Amino acid sequence: MRRRVFRLLVDPIACDGHGMCAELFPERIALDRFGYPVFSDQPVSPDLLPLARRATTMCPQLALHLVEANASGGAGR
Amino acid sequence: MPAFRPLPNGGRLGPAAVRSWWPKGAEGEPASAKDAVLLARTPHLVLDGATAAAAALGACRVVAYVPEHLVPGVRRAVAERARHGLDPVPIEVVGAPSAFLAGQEAAVVSALNGGPPMPTFQGLVPIRRRGVQGRPTLVHNVETLAHLALVARFGAAWFRQVGTERAPGTVLLTVSGRSPSPVVIETPLGSRAGEVLGLSNEEATQYAGALVGGYGGTWVPIEAMVDLELSPEGARRHDAVLGPGVVVLLGKRTCPLAEVARVVRFLEAQSAGQCGPCIHGVAGLAATLGALAWAPATLRRGPEELVELASLVEGRGACRHPDGVARFVTSACEVFADEVARHLRTGLCPLAAAPGTLPLPRPLARPAGVAW
Repeated sequence: MRRRVFRLLVDPIACDGHGMCAELFPERIALDRFGYPVFSDQPVSPDLLPLARRATTMCPQLALHLVEANASGGAGR
Repeated sequence: MPAFRPLPNGGRLGPAAVRSWWPKGAEGEPASAKDAVLLARTPHLVLDGATAAAAALGACRVVAYVPEHLVPGVRRAVAERARHGLDPVPIEVVGAPSAFLAGQEAAVVSALNGGPPMPTFQGLVPIRRRGVQGRPTLVHNVETLAHLALVARFGAAWFRQVGTERAPGTVLLTVSGRSPSPVVIETPLGSRAGEVLGLSNEEATQYAGALVGGYGGTWVPIEAMVDLELSPEGARRHDAVLGPGVVVLLGKRTCPLAEVARVVRFLEAQSAGQCGPCIHGVAGLAATLGALAWAPATLRRGPEELVELASLVEGRGACRHPDGVARFVTSACEVFADEVARHLRTGLCPLAAAPGTLPLPRPLARPAGVAW
């Protein structure tokens, strides 16, 4: 069985730039000069998943998501 | 989506598929007129395409989402079809508001669901799975449907007679700046831009640059434009996309940086204002470009600030609006690098006060305190 792989995804409409995610998960999340999160879309390694989960559940806007790395989607035109 | 691509899910789309099209023409992309031309001159071809797609997918709803001023004409065409019983699925006609982003796929779905005509977050569930009325939805634009109708009528081999192996068929271009008023041209994909535009290397010298793909597109040096192959691949070789098929040639009696600044101010105003990086980043781009065009002495940081802001907005919105702005600005910095350097060196551009030539809707909102 293939192990499930996850990456971070932010809903940029819901995100208000509270910055909680960068506090809770600085290993992967930084803030840009306006206070909005920046992170790579590479998979989150298994040892970091608990931290990632905590960041998603603590987001005041529930704008941060952990999604399967191979899941499609993304912005429309 | 190009016409030759298979329809999504091989026709296994759910019961409610809605084809819509982008309200372009004067409303969405200011420099594009091809969709308006198709809807006004050959509405039945477009509606044939919609019906063919609906039949292929087993759709139960077809909606024509068109600019308000084209609604009566499209309604008339739909009524003619109804009299002859042409469409297995009745076509609804809905007027679209005149906003740059109103034709964005998710914005179309939001509007048809009774919400604001603004993009929504598609990252978790795309609209091809959950769209209008929560059901799988396909959004196609006018030109794609017209191609589809011709494929359905004359077959794939006929369609492939022109164009390239990887990009068969033709493309509609709206060309501004080459003649007194914009023209819509249909040309085989893979054509050389110089031939289509009637532009020799010598004639090209009277232009400052070429814009390919509209206001979310890419500036291309005018010498390169003459030999550009008009196809997705050919455009990609210049880091460009054909996008809405807009080609603008910019003359030399105007300041390119002032032109770019005006357009980015328009793009800032047209942002849905929903995503933080786009709100702040595009505003920063507009302000920096405004200063570069009209008050370079006030700038603390020059082009490097533009490049940094552009990379900061790219890929950070729910829709591709910020990506388009980033592409427009970074390519302008490259193609007009000499102008940028001259503005920073001399501080005053004699052409900055010249009236703008890039098409923009009027009246344009003027933010207070900004020199236009």
